[in-house]
Amino acid sequence: MFISNLETIPGMKIVEHYGLVTGSTVRARNVFVDIGAMLKSLWGGELKGYTKLLYSTNEVALQRLEAQAEAMGANAVVNVRYATSSVALGASELYAYGTAVSVE
Amino acid sequence: MEFGSDFWGQVFLFFFEYGNSGLFLLALAIGLIVGSWIERRHYRSIIQREQAGVGLPVVSIGKKGETRKAVQEVRLVVGMASISTDFFKRLMGSIISIFGGEIRAYESLVDRARREALLRMREQAKGADLLVNVRVENSNLFISAGQRYAIGSVEVMAYGTAITYEK
Repeated sequence: MFISNLETIPGMKIVEHYGLVTGSTVRARNVFVDIGAMLKSLWGGELKGYTKLLYSTNEVALQRLEAQAEAMGANAVVNVRYATSSVALGASELYAYGTAVSVE
Repeated sequence: MEFGSDFWGQVFLFFFEYGNSGLFLLALAIGLIVGSWIERRHYRSIIQREQAGVGLPVVSIGKKGETRKAVQEVRLVVGMASISTDFFKRLMGSIISIFGGEIRAYESLVDRARREALLRMREQAKGADLLVNVRVENSNLFISAGQRYAIGSVEVMAYGTAITYEK
């Protein structure tokens, strides 16, 4: 599975379009990470807990995107974009979307 | 003044009311000494890693798919960082925001977060020949969304497409 935020996969030709595929995940922060971040904000520095959460959220969103594209019979997703939104207090969404295509 | 709305601001205002300003000064000292030490250390590591990774061209323009060489691998690379400021700088920031003007302390905060995210993206693209269509975004995913107390921090997400040519 090729995933790219370009409009094509370089060096390959798009032979079929399958339409938009999306992958989204809504996550809540955990309270221990929150407390850690508040303590950390006294002296500053990287909030490792939040960074880890960001990475795992992104992974899940991309997995769902890939699964959807696979189900359509595509072998690549092009023009991937990210959007974020806050759904409710303490819960936020990472949304990845792109176009499922067949390349060769 | 938005000072009272952040977590440590609340804590120290509470102690202030009971006449214990020593804790407040201690927090300022921790923020000033430890905070600026952490920032200097972070900048040193950023500059060092930026110089080490000069070999890989990173461009923010897209590529329309035509390449001179045969392509071996194409993949999406993502780098993220969330960095917090310290108590001293947050206090300085809220004092400056009364009169308006440039807040240097926050500029260095976003600068660090962006460069760190870009570096992590680049580290993920290790082995690739070209990194195109790079986008940098403030994600605000876990920090600002629905947070009761602002903790003065930023999350940055950088992503792009790493291209490896056939050898």
